[in-house]
Amino acid sequence: MTIAPLVSIRDLRVAFHGLPALRGIDLDVMPGEAVGLVGESGCGKSVTWLAALGLLPATAVVTGSVKLDGTELLGAAPAVLDRVRGGRVAMIFQDPASALNPVKRVGGQVAEALALHRGMTGAAANAEVLRLFDQVGIPDARRRVHIYPHEMSGGQNQRVMIAMALAGQPELLVADEPTTALDATIQAQILDLLRRLQQETGMALVLISHDLGVVAEMCRRVCVMYAGRIVEQAPSDTLFADPRHPYTRGLLAALPDMVGPRRRLEAIPGGVPEPWNMPPGCAFAPRCGHATAECDAAIPGFSSVGPDHEAACIHLESAMAPA
Amino acid sequence: MSLLSLDGVSRVYQTRRGMFGRPIPVRAVDHVSLSVAPGRTLGIVGESGCGKSTTGRVALGIERPSEGEVRFEGAAMPSPGTPDWRRMRARLQLVPQDPLGAMDRRLTVATQVEEPLEIHGIGDKSDRRDRVQALLRDVGLRADLAERHPHELSGGQRQRAVLARALATDPALLVCDEPVSALDVSIQAQVINMLTDLQAARGIAMLFISHDLKVVRQISHEVAVMYLGRIVEQGDPEAIFADPLHPYSRALVSAIPVPGPRRIERVVLTGDPPNPADRPSGCAFHPRCPVAIAECAISNPPLQPTADGRLVACHLVGGIA
Repeated sequence: MTIAPLVSIRDLRVAFHGLPALRGIDLDVMPGEAVGLVGESGCGKSVTWLAALGLLPATAVVTGSVKLDGTELLGAAPAVLDRVRGGRVAMIFQDPASALNPVKRVGGQVAEALALHRGMTGAAANAEVLRLFDQVGIPDARRRVHIYPHEMSGGQNQRVMIAMALAGQPELLVADEPTTALDATIQAQILDLLRRLQQETGMALVLISHDLGVVAEMCRRVCVMYAGRIVEQAPSDTLFADPRHPYTRGLLAALPDMVGPRRRLEAIPGGVPEPWNMPPGCAFAPRCGHATAECDAAIPGFSSVGPDHEAACIHLESAMAPA
Repeated sequence: MSLLSLDGVSRVYQTRRGMFGRPIPVRAVDHVSLSVAPGRTLGIVGESGCGKSTTGRVALGIERPSEGEVRFEGAAMPSPGTPDWRRMRARLQLVPQDPLGAMDRRLTVATQVEEPLEIHGIGDKSDRRDRVQALLRDVGLRADLAERHPHELSGGQRQRAVLARALATDPALLVCDEPVSALDVSIQAQVINMLTDLQAARGIAMLFISHDLKVVRQISHEVAVMYLGRIVEQGDPEAIFADPLHPYSRALVSAIPVPGPRRIERVVLTGDPPNPADRPSGCAFHPRCPVAIAECAISNPPLQPTADGRLVACHLVGGIA
């Protein structure tokens, strides 16, 4: 039997002022699954989810389809989106301090989410706020609900954001660079927390990150994005052991190792193409050591290279040979 | 013979709690001793507030140490603002994290790279123009980018421009404060390789400050781990990152997410790093340390050499003695 995906994205495209930011994304998120989206600045990993949830400014032109349990979200009525955002799908961001209201007590901000999405008020809401603070590991919750965001550390603020996200009992949590602004030891705490919460609640997790290590540890499946498209997707063990797309291979080779002998890094030459200067075919071709004239003919589609493993490149065989 | 040495350096700031509170001394850097040899790289790692950037500022002579001594090229650091200090500053340059913030947005790249040559009175006008071109070539910037303004460059190109400016006076030491942290992985690798190449070609020494252990391991000949203003472990990067001895280094190294199997079991620390204004007694790490003993709350362990030649400040790590 097949399980229906929780979220199904088809041919999602976004353009700002006529320039493409997202150039056709197809992505399914299954219930309870942890999916990682990795890529460098401007590859569209955040825009994908901002577009899916209707959070982009009106100047963005969004086309395609985003279905949550079969209900279309693109162009849905505000009332429908209001129930989905913060309810069925919650999102947390890189900078918790700017996402929280600086002049309201943190407990009250979580209670607001409870009132909005679960109709809870008064003593019931207060008790639930304490339970959520406990669940996200904020010590001394009874006292902490009364303090303001500036009185907490960055890690504690991110825990408050996570508590607020959990308040709506989401089926999917989209975490956009949730630990990028945090120190290494605090990042480890927050990743631990997200992993535990996902097990406890059974919610699906989409983790957006530039850090291949973070995604490798947290997600069963990884999608690598480049210039507004997914170029490779695979189970994370497979992707890191046997990357196929030249861009994925380049990214891994550019990353310094923590163990073993030190080697010269293999930098990917050049930079990401500007949106107004997109190559005609494969967007990675100008930086790719395996590129030929054919790469400019058309945007490559996915070819299957193993179980659940796909890569969008027409030279997958020669790309495996050393450049 | 070391190029730069810090001997028992502390930097104390006065702060107060609330508007009318009593002034409290905050030891941002506390009894730090280190040295950098010509052409070598010393990496300093640690989390926010550990004092790594303040150490860099003291090393550059931008800040005076409250205690201890900084020596550069065999002489004590002159007082800021004096002619001696100006002369020395040409030999010591900073590469900052945020190149856009460190550049003047109204001036072209060429003008900004030329500025240090003018300030230090190096060469005449046509000579300076040639030097600017050579510098831009050395950092891998196309000649046509010279007449552009900072906002017209990508992040990686800006960092190269800032580096060209830092190299203009032919410094003996670069203090790099998180120079690649704001860059994407593929561009980061380009800049790291370039720094390594420039070091080999020009024999520049570097004090490389970063929170990114992978980058520090890649570029450093020696590494110092800082916690709350003090060095807790120092030595060969491969040894420290493969088998950290101090419990804090161990937690820090184990916290780095890596693709593939991990070698060191993860130690998740509880709590946040303490406030430097409210330093715990004894070893500053003891409230978060998974293996602390009673002694750790009482006395601060000194930085001592271990059998394999590194330095560790922990009561539980046996010294040679």
